Amino acid sequence: MSENLVQPSQTQANCLLSGKLYCYGDNVDTDVIIPARYLNTTDPAELARHCMEDLDADFAATVKPGDFIVAGQNFGSGSSREHAPVAIKASGIALVIAASFSRIFFRNAINMGLPILECPEAAAGIRPGDNLKVNLTEGWIENLSQHTRYQAAPFPEFIRRLMAADGLVGYVRGKYSFGPAEEAKA
Amino acid sequence: MTQKILAAHAGLKAVKAGDLIEANLDLVLGNDVTVPPAIDVFYRTGATRVFDRDRIVMVPSHFAPNKDIKSAEHCKKMRLFAAAQAITHYYEQGSKGMGIEHVIVPENGLVLPGYCMIGADSHTCTDGALGAFATGVGSTDLGCAMATGQTWFKVPQAIRINLTGELRPHVAGKDLILYIIAKIGVDGALYRSMEYGGPGIAQLSMNDRLTICNMAIEAGGKNGIFPVDQVTLDYIREHAPQAYAEHRYQIFTADPDAEYVQTLDIDLAEVPLMVARPYLPENGADVRQVAASDPAAIQQVVIGSCTNGRYEDFKVAAELLRGRQVAEGVRCFIIPGSQAVYLRCLRDGLLADFVDAGCVVGPPTCGPCIGGHMGVLASEERCVSTTNRNFVGRMGSPESQTFLAGVPVACASAVMGRIASPDELPALVKA
Repeated sequence: MSENLVQPSQTQANCLLSGKLYCYGDNVDTDVIIPARYLNTTDPAELARHCMEDLDADFAATVKPGDFIVAGQNFGSGSSREHAPVAIKASGIALVIAASFSRIFFRNAINMGLPILECPEAAAGIRPGDNLKVNLTEGWIENLSQHTRYQAAPFPEFIRRLMAADGLVGYVRGKYSFGPAEEAKA
Repeated sequence: MTQKILAAHAGLKAVKAGDLIEANLDLVLGNDVTVPPAIDVFYRTGATRVFDRDRIVMVPSHFAPNKDIKSAEHCKKMRLFAAAQAITHYYEQGSKGMGIEHVIVPENGLVLPGYCMIGADSHTCTDGALGAFATGVGSTDLGCAMATGQTWFKVPQAIRINLTGELRPHVAGKDLILYIIAKIGVDGALYRSMEYGGPGIAQLSMNDRLTICNMAIEAGGKNGIFPVDQVTLDYIREHAPQAYAEHRYQIFTADPDAEYVQTLDIDLAEVPLMVARPYLPENGADVRQVAASDPAAIQQVVIGSCTNGRYEDFKVAAELLRGRQVAEGVRCFIIPGSQAVYLRCLRDGLLADFVDAGCVVGPPTCGPCIGGHMGVLASEERCVSTTNRNFVGRMGSPESQTFLAGVPVACASAVMGRIASPDELPALVKA
């Protein structure tokens, strides 16, 4: 379901994020990111049309490619629906910065290639309208408006390998070979 | 315990918290919402056959019975894939063994102590009740695991929840987990394992344990896990007799000097009947407090779901609803969690009690819990529900409200037409 989306390897270099900032609080759950009533589709564009609907009715109408989300603790809590990071990514969001992520959202984002950074200082310090420069690989965020710099916890080496392989599918393709032997076994 | 199970499945002598490992999976689970995108992922890996057709479980449970054409297409896609791959544990609607996925996995004896399993559904953590490591993942994880039989994990730190004492009348597993979440918060166990122990666990039934582990995710937990004891062994002897006889399970125990980041000591006698107010499961309080401060009418009650949809739950419900009437203005939905639960309730006369009391009895489905179908809330409506989440818009309109509770509080509220404790129910006059 993540086809046609930007893969993480394309966004790992320094990138200047000057898009609009969408600022949310703690415990933004996957039911408000994409309500279950829309889970009868897996089409990223359709999911994006309802992204954040129950929390921020204006989000889907105003969000533009390159915008970003900054949120508090436990972003993406609740359901395991991967439709949530897919909806956010398809809406054009280039990066989600949060004080912390729920663990299933974290692994879904890594697996399907939605750039995320976990950084409590940035989540607390960034204000609407700030311009940011970000390096995802090194995990730093420079706040050009406030002349401050935040350092996110760097991703462990294994996670960086997943990201470099364009997510879990790429990693699996590189690691396993599904030859005729597999078919014979089944 | 969790760390030992993960080490064994990663082929390592030991692991420590924070390690990133790749582990072999004993069971992989998905439903009609998460499997369709996982099928696309599966083929994108280059795989053509699943790693083991006996170790994959697929259930149309969320928007089934199909609520609209799009949902029907999802169910069809899963059905065709399951047929093409000859998936052993595909459960068609109405078939024997079918039901809500987290009700049927233990009920059909598919999970055993010592298992390492994932499911593309956050409530997969339910199965930790049997002394297994079980956690929720997304569709990319599921698709890749269907191809490889493996996945990656970050080894979690553990929280020890030490239980002593005895539960008070009507108080059950649901109240205990709501009490724990109220104490530690919805991210209190983030990335962590919730490991239960202490002398208090012996009196907790498997039903209670399944409810408690089911809501580990509501505290942010990676998994919940109970040690294997006589209650566990009795359960698998009944539900997985062959595996039990062949000793195809493995008992892992926590070391006496195991490291915990936090220890919670709970005297079960201190746990009241709980209600969690909207819009977070951590907003739990004693039902008497909530009832006193919020006497407004409710419009709906739901009894069922992967949290409280097993036979024991309906037995308790029938004892409270038998001979009583659902209040005017309240719709009460009874949703047995599986075909087996439904049939047992039917044969034992429980369904007649529910219909007599003015309840709607529905087929096994996740429907109302996710605001999907079969009991969606309108704006301004208030619902007392035995389900697991009370987020904004979870059960319908974003202007609706869900109060989470156990079965006795849900039944009492249905009869009283407001949030109520079973102690408030008027005594039945014997005919």
